[in-house]
Amino acid sequence: MTRFVLGRIGFSTLVAVLLAFFTLPLLWLASAPLTTDPTYKVSVPDFTWENFQTILEHPYALPSLYNSLVLSVGTALLVVLLAALAAYALSRVHLPGRDVLLYVLLLLSSIITGTAAMVPLFQLAVDLQLIDSQFGLILILSGGLLPAAIFMLKDFMDATPKSYEESARVFGATPLQIVRHVVVPLVRPGLATIAVWSVANVWGNFLMPFLLLRDVEKQPAAVIMYTLYTEGGQANLRLLSTFGLLYSVPVVVMYLIVSKKYGFRFHGGIKR
Amino acid sequence: MAQATSLPDTTEEQPARRYSEDAAGLGRLRAGAFTAPALALIAVFLVFPALWVLYLGITNYRLTGIAAADPKVVGIDNFLTALANPRFWNSTWLTVEFVAGSAVIGQAVLGFTIAWVLRDRRGPLRRIVEGIVILAWILPSAVVAFLWVALLDPRDGTLNAVLGLTDFAWLLDHPMLSIIVFNIWRGTAFSMMLYAAALGNVPPSHLESARLAGASNWQQLRDVVFPHIRGHVLTNLLLISLWTFNDFSPFMLTAGGPDGKSEVLAVHVYNEAVRNGSLGYGAAISTIILLINLVVAVFYLRLLRSKR
Repeated sequence: MTRFVLGRIGFSTLVAVLLAFFTLPLLWLASAPLTTDPTYKVSVPDFTWENFQTILEHPYALPSLYNSLVLSVGTALLVVLLAALAAYALSRVHLPGRDVLLYVLLLLSSIITGTAAMVPLFQLAVDLQLIDSQFGLILILSGGLLPAAIFMLKDFMDATPKSYEESARVFGATPLQIVRHVVVPLVRPGLATIAVWSVANVWGNFLMPFLLLRDVEKQPAAVIMYTLYTEGGQANLRLLSTFGLLYSVPVVVMYLIVSKKYGFRFHGGIKR
Repeated sequence: MAQATSLPDTTEEQPARRYSEDAAGLGRLRAGAFTAPALALIAVFLVFPALWVLYLGITNYRLTGIAAADPKVVGIDNFLTALANPRFWNSTWLTVEFVAGSAVIGQAVLGFTIAWVLRDRRGPLRRIVEGIVILAWILPSAVVAFLWVALLDPRDGTLNAVLGLTDFAWLLDHPMLSIIVFNIWRGTAFSMMLYAAALGNVPPSHLESARLAGASNWQQLRDVVFPHIRGHVLTNLLLISLWTFNDFSPFMLTAGGPDGKSEVLAVHVYNEAVRNGSLGYGAAISTIILLINLVVAVFYLRLLRSKR
């Protein structure tokens, strides 16, 4: 009996400590933006909206969120388009060396990380004059995400019946028409997964834009966030907490929608 | 940059069926055209950098100065420089601490503990705990880094206030401890979810009979649960170690400082190559990182393959 009671106390303490550890930073992020004069300590907000006003007036805050949007949506579109075409072809046609190719790509995508590739990518960007080019960054990010995207999509494609495509072909549809009107509707959940996964990846990415975008007007929210809290002087907590919250909300909302719609499934992690 | 847990399926097609399948409307030429744009991007921005880093690593390439205009191949000089550089060994050791402390001991153990404690629970408590841990995982890393800079502040930080410490300068005096705690906070969700899924596959009847036979919690864990989830444990350790090993976000808390005390290898590469302009030396360190990644990834893929 004592053992049981002790166990309950131990269990509750463990849960409480864990909850506090994980909750405190989140509580601060949720309350400080709504507080007139936030400190580092978690406090009860007085529900002011003034801090959002300061974000509107800040020269780089909202533009950087727009830049994040351009980078992540641009990358997601490119990745979904190219990965869908490649995955379809690789799923339906046995090109010589296909399996080895897929294996090598999967291997490469997990070993060539930002840390391993930052030096050559930096130099490549300097030489190709892709420094400060958002489009160049989209290409670089897409190159990194494509192998994993092709794998995940190929799984989806393999699971769809080929008979629809065959009948479409009998009626004279071209391969591109078949992809657009038959395959795409069938694998739409797969395409959505890849799109969300790409957006989440790029939205949170810090290293590549930090490395390749020098122009403050082109930098996404990750880099502006970092600049704001590391630049000298007193940190502006109203600005930082509000900006951090605004920057976080889209991925959180996206996660909630995805997990509600599809339930949680293990696609090797939504991040990184 | 990206991870996937699926593997190319090598068993699905028999040679005799190939040509009829090729005739499913694509043909090899068109299939090649469909695959080419993706492969081109991968080749230029993923494969080429991996090969180019091998070359840069044996040159004396610099961002500015004479060696910028006319880089020379210097063989293994950069690697010898690294081996003789106390800063490199310092970074290597800190990386070992970072991976062992935050991934292996922190995320894996904490993730398993949460999953184990919550295993039989349904309802709000489980959803709240899981939701909060997952929230920490999906926030952008720049925001999480700032949250921890704020939280760890020696004078006004919440953590010192909660723990009753005054002037405990986390980031200045204990930078490694700081980035380890930070990485545990934001990375535990992955292990928690993986172990929650794995524990769901342990047959309840086995646990039941172990309990009836009088096995303690610890014995149940060791003799029933662990043998069942051994593959998951290995997968988990390999993946989170690989990610933590390559993680650049400690830079956002300490930039490797003060005085290199939290300069893990990922940050070391950035500081040497981009900040100091020693591209050749940085590439040599990256080559070492690439090789270590290769070893870990091959283990991981073998593990996946053996499961099929």
